[in-house]
Amino acid sequence: MIEIEGVGKSFNGLTAVDDITMTINAHEFVTIVGMSGSGKTTLLRMINRLVELDRGTIRIDGVDNRNVPGPELRRSMGYVIQQHGLFPHRTVAENIATVPRLLGWDRRRIKARVDELLLLFQLEPEVYGPRYPHELSGGQQQRVGVGRALAAQPNILLMDEPFGALDPIIRNKAREDLLAIQKRLGTTIVMVTHDMEEALALGNRIAVMDAGKLIQYADPAEVLRYPASAFVESLVGKAERPFRLLSFSRVADIMEAGPAEGPAVCSDLSLRDALAEMLWHGASSLPVADGNGDLLGRITLEALTRNGAGPG
Amino acid sequence: MKWLPTLLRALAFWLLAAFLVTPRSFAPLFSGLAQGTAPAIYDRASLLMLAAQHLALVFVATVAAGVLAIALAILVTRRFGTELLPFARSVVNIGQTFPPVAVLALAVPATGFGVVPTFLALFLYAMLPIFENTLTGLTNLPRDVQEAARGVGMTGWQRLFSVELPLCLPLILAGVRVAAVISLSTATIGSTVAAPTLGEVIIAGLQSNNLAFVLQGALVVAVMAILIHDALFALERHLAVRGTS
Repeated sequence: MIEIEGVGKSFNGLTAVDDITMTINAHEFVTIVGMSGSGKTTLLRMINRLVELDRGTIRIDGVDNRNVPGPELRRSMGYVIQQHGLFPHRTVAENIATVPRLLGWDRRRIKARVDELLLLFQLEPEVYGPRYPHELSGGQQQRVGVGRALAAQPNILLMDEPFGALDPIIRNKAREDLLAIQKRLGTTIVMVTHDMEEALALGNRIAVMDAGKLIQYADPAEVLRYPASAFVESLVGKAERPFRLLSFSRVADIMEAGPAEGPAVCSDLSLRDALAEMLWHGASSLPVADGNGDLLGRITLEALTRNGAGPG
Repeated sequence: MKWLPTLLRALAFWLLAAFLVTPRSFAPLFSGLAQGTAPAIYDRASLLMLAAQHLALVFVATVAAGVLAIALAILVTRRFGTELLPFARSVVNIGQTFPPVAVLALAVPATGFGVVPTFLALFLYAMLPIFENTLTGLTNLPRDVQEAARGVGMTGWQRLFSVELPLCLPLILAGVRVAAVISLSTATIGSTVAAPTLGEVIIAGLQSNNLAFVLQGALVVAVMAILIHDALFALERHLAVRGTS
């Protein structure tokens, strides 16, 4: 758990972060979203003390982070940056082994951990371990960067625009992979992004920052339905709102009993994708099937419309 | 044709070695340049010995200058040393702007004739290229890599030795290469204050109006400079290839 309490920071008399209080629970995925200069990166970097705070306190699992020496604190947390920051003179395996080596793990344990992480990120250890970062594609470099951050099994992972340098197709895959890994490892993730779409897609909770202040801190559906200010509303984008809302629910959530004509949609599908299917087939209702193809019920356009509606 | 430069270097190396070991067998080549009965090959000292002493002097001066220049560059790029940067720069620059001949002239009264004043001149001269290159390397490291080095929890010294210096190594080596090549030729003037270097051969030739001596002294220095330059350059390339992005 990360408790941020009344935290502030100024650079040369200009306030970058202004009196922010928020709590990030264990195993939560929190995205901090804002425009450049909103103070979101400064806030993130105060958690692992790459930036020292001027006011307030940050507690990690109840311990003030100033009670731990900076390097030691940072070894206990993963940190991922946009340009991945891999050490160009070290191989992929050596890069991933960085923190375990700093912590003095023995060779065999390091080797086992490096291989495990390479496999987790779908990189064959024998092939990719001995390569240098510049021999990898952008997506692979990014995965190695996350692998390096996770190497010493940190409870907390801090990410600063980790997917910013990737092209859109790889970015979506990288997001899915990250969500899968977070689900599997239970790591608490705090991620900074300027992209509201990304913030909504990944975060359990979203912190919207503007001019150093925390404007709203809520789950995605609430941010969409009840934006705290006109600024948040503009970030969300009016035209996109209903579709984004729909993407948070699955077909199974609003399925009803009864027959319907047309090709069946899977009950795991998001409502957004179900809507697309219905529009495409020109149907006002479609049958719903489970993964094995057994019919479960139907989904209607009317129910979809209700779910995509705002607070009214 | 990729093998041609390598072949030429090998040839130059073997010719140089053969000349230094058995200079007399090359006498017919130089006899045309020697006037009258003057010897065609320098015979007042062993050329091999002079070359070895020449190299040793350059090596010691370059290594000493390297150690100090790199240490100085590290010092002024640490947070506590930034205020020393202008001072260090001017000290190093003065070393370079002072002509080596003047250093010799000034040093001899204090240290006497021989190797020491020559060492001093070479040492001062070699500082600047190594210092400037190390400084350039340390101040132009990729930001994301530095950020990552801090982010993974490296201490200042760990960052210096496992990230910053390794990444600067090709640039530092380039500075050492420049310093070594300059020192190789500058060392010849050391013979004016009785340092045993290949300059002795050249000076003897100038004094006795024997062009053969001048030429063989100059050729040996030049070939050594070329070979050392190429060897260090190859090492730089080898180190740089691994780390380039």
